[in-house]
Amino acid sequence: MSMLKEIQRSLFKKRATVLYPFKERERVHIPDGLRGKISFDRDKCTGCLLCSRFCPSGACEIVTDEKGKRPVFHLELCLFCSQCQEVCPKGAINLTEEFELAAFDRKAFTIK
Amino acid sequence: MQKEEFQRTEKKSAYELFFDMPVGPQHPALKEPAFFKFKVEGERVIGVDADVSYNHRGIEKALEYRNYIQNIYLIERICGICNVAHTLCYAQAVEQLHGKEIPPRANYIRLMIEELARIHSHALWLGVAAHEIGFDTLFMYVWRDREVVMDIIEMLTGNRVTTAINTIGGVRRDVSDEAKYKVKKGMDILEERLKYYRNVALNDPTVNARCSDVGILKPRDAIRLCAVGPTLRASGVKNDVRLDDPYTLHDEVPFNIVTCDTMDVLGRVVVRVDEMLESVNMVRYCLEHMPNGDVKIKLSLSPPVGEAISRVEAPRGELIHYARSNGTKNPERYKVRTPTFGNIPAVCDMLTSKGDYEVNIADIPITLASIDPCFSCTARMEFRDVSKSKTWVWSLEELKAHCKK
Repeated sequence: MSMLKEIQRSLFKKRATVLYPFKERERVHIPDGLRGKISFDRDKCTGCLLCSRFCPSGACEIVTDEKGKRPVFHLELCLFCSQCQEVCPKGAINLTEEFELAAFDRKAFTIK
Repeated sequence: MQKEEFQRTEKKSAYELFFDMPVGPQHPALKEPAFFKFKVEGERVIGVDADVSYNHRGIEKALEYRNYIQNIYLIERICGICNVAHTLCYAQAVEQLHGKEIPPRANYIRLMIEELARIHSHALWLGVAAHEIGFDTLFMYVWRDREVVMDIIEMLTGNRVTTAINTIGGVRRDVSDEAKYKVKKGMDILEERLKYYRNVALNDPTVNARCSDVGILKPRDAIRLCAVGPTLRASGVKNDVRLDDPYTLHDEVPFNIVTCDTMDVLGRVVVRVDEMLESVNMVRYCLEHMPNGDVKIKLSLSPPVGEAISRVEAPRGELIHYARSNGTKNPERYKVRTPTFGNIPAVCDMLTSKGDYEVNIADIPITLASIDPCFSCTARMEFRDVSKSKTWVWSLEELKAHCKK
């Protein structure tokens, strides 16, 4: 019987779900420190390669550009564990709070 | 597991014949592949043969090719729901190889996250169990309230499910005072809701009709078949790794071991709901008594040569990790024994009618679900020689001999 009372009470309560993504985008609660899309700062990077050494899924590829060695992140392989952020001695890698990463093109997943 | 092949037999029964009823590998009760061959006589189940090896991922071998830091994130993916238990067990094993103790604050945070993960795992199970018995209203309400603990975990660790909080030598994130306040508030909401669900489990006629006297596992059988976790405790056996072999701070933080003597699915529901309430109290204790200090110590990347065994009470039961190091950056051998693997003989026993105890086909989904199965964790390897159509499994001695090679 207690269940019936609960159902009755819930009828007049506010909806628990959010009409994401079409409406109520602002009701989606994103906490600080969410591990989302990687951002990379080329100026801070010294090319120490620690990020690729500790990446568990091989999402961190090392390429050589005009300034020297640097990582390129492939988000389609990324686990979002933020280990690269943790080992980076210069703070060049950051995991932002952006989480809407679906795309039709694979190029959108490469962070340069 | 019974090894004999069930076939349509000539023996006459009340229903003329026995039949084999295949359930799986894909079927509505479980979201993971497992195959059960039931021997049925009309509606009565009289035998069961289980095959859980549909999802062999080769994780133990893959661990040997990655370094200790990379392995944290691979270990975490053995099981999504008990990922905290797996990383905790792994971190403990590697710290044991190093022979180092972690700071007390890190221990408190580890215990707190572990108990939060237990709440979310048991709440998930309660919802699934309600769904299996066709009580979808309860399922929706439980999962709505589970969001409270999911949000807390997301706030503390940065992700809803795969927390990646434990690391070798401590934890990766500290808990701020603001976060502590939010956790405390969340715990108050959860406690009230959990007490309500306990009341529903005990008094609701639907839950009682579908769960009581279903899936009976007698204490003697539970011990004989090596059942673990809430399945064992619901049979009235007081056994918990947190009590028997305290790790992190379980010898310091007070808690009660919940047991139930009804031995049936209803008992497992009550044990899990009560364990959630115990976990709420443990989280509160951690928040109040958490000391200040570091949350991490730096440890070398290659632990010294040695062996380590670590045990953790995962939400589903006892979890054992074995690690062997040869002094390099990669482990030489790593072995994981997950709780579902220990519970499969017990569930086969629950699903077999004997004497007065009758199992109906309609009781199969809830009985299977009552051990909180996680079959992806359980797949083990067997050897097959295709040319000779021969299949065999290595014994412990053979495995030991192979390891020594």
